[in-house]
Amino acid sequence: MGDRGKNGEMKHRRTNLEAVEPDTSDKPASDKPENRDSMGAPANSPKPEARLGREVQAKIGQQLRAMYDDVVNQGVPPHIADLVRRLSDSDQD
Amino acid sequence: MKLDPAIRDQVLSTVPSLRAFAISLCGNIDRADDLVQETLLRALSHIDSFEPGTNMPAWLFTILRNLFRSEYRKRRREVEDADGRYAETLKSHPEQTGRVEFEEFRTALAKLPADQREALILVGASGFSYEDAAGICGCAVGTIKSRVNRARTRLADLLAIDSVDDFGPDRPTRAVLAGGGRN
Repeated sequence: MGDRGKNGEMKHRRTNLEAVEPDTSDKPASDKPENRDSMGAPANSPKPEARLGREVQAKIGQQLRAMYDDVVNQGVPPHIADLVRRLSDSDQD
Repeated sequence: MKLDPAIRDQVLSTVPSLRAFAISLCGNIDRADDLVQETLLRALSHIDSFEPGTNMPAWLFTILRNLFRSEYRKRRREVEDADGRYAETLKSHPEQTGRVEFEEFRTALAKLPADQREALILVGASGFSYEDAAGICGCAVGTIKSRVNRARTRLADLLAIDSVDDFGPDRPTRAVLAGGGRN
């Protein structure tokens, strides 16, 4: 039961999304196939949403982490903790 | 031989994040938990190939991702459109993927190609560096960067379009048509 509190040890937990903020700069030229937008409009038509870009990007990062952390915060399900304990105590060589 | 308790604790502390990643790949909690169990079986029976002091989460994520990919390839032979199938899973069983409040976001995420989705999750949610994410996916760092960028751009489009739909002219028009029909 002491396994649920170990989340704090996930040292690598951080987000790196902000690091790519200028996200049009290193788009490869081969970037065409799936990029027609879902309304079928040409990708270069000026969109009113473009102004909201930053806000939308922040919302994406936030939602992504909220969705992910919702699962992370569930900790280790008991049957998985049992499995790990069983496997690590077994005397198989 | 018995497993070093320190290593075991590292494995256990990675499980919550590993599960979240698995759910984002599968779009289904039951399948994700199977995948996590399979990953742990594989990992602990090959624990000798893990170098103590290196990145345990990255090692486990790599195993899980490879298992998922080989299963995915198998299924792809059976069902042509695996991405469509993923979206379909979300539609028919939203309760299996988590809380309702994330539904709109999950639906948008499901529309991304699998490569872009996994890159975005690894970097944006799991918190891996681009280098680690590239190692996990077996591709170049630049590839990960462009996948993440395309994923973000596409999600921004999908979410912005959705909110325009929500507050666009259709709703009041429909209300007028429904309520004021007898003028």
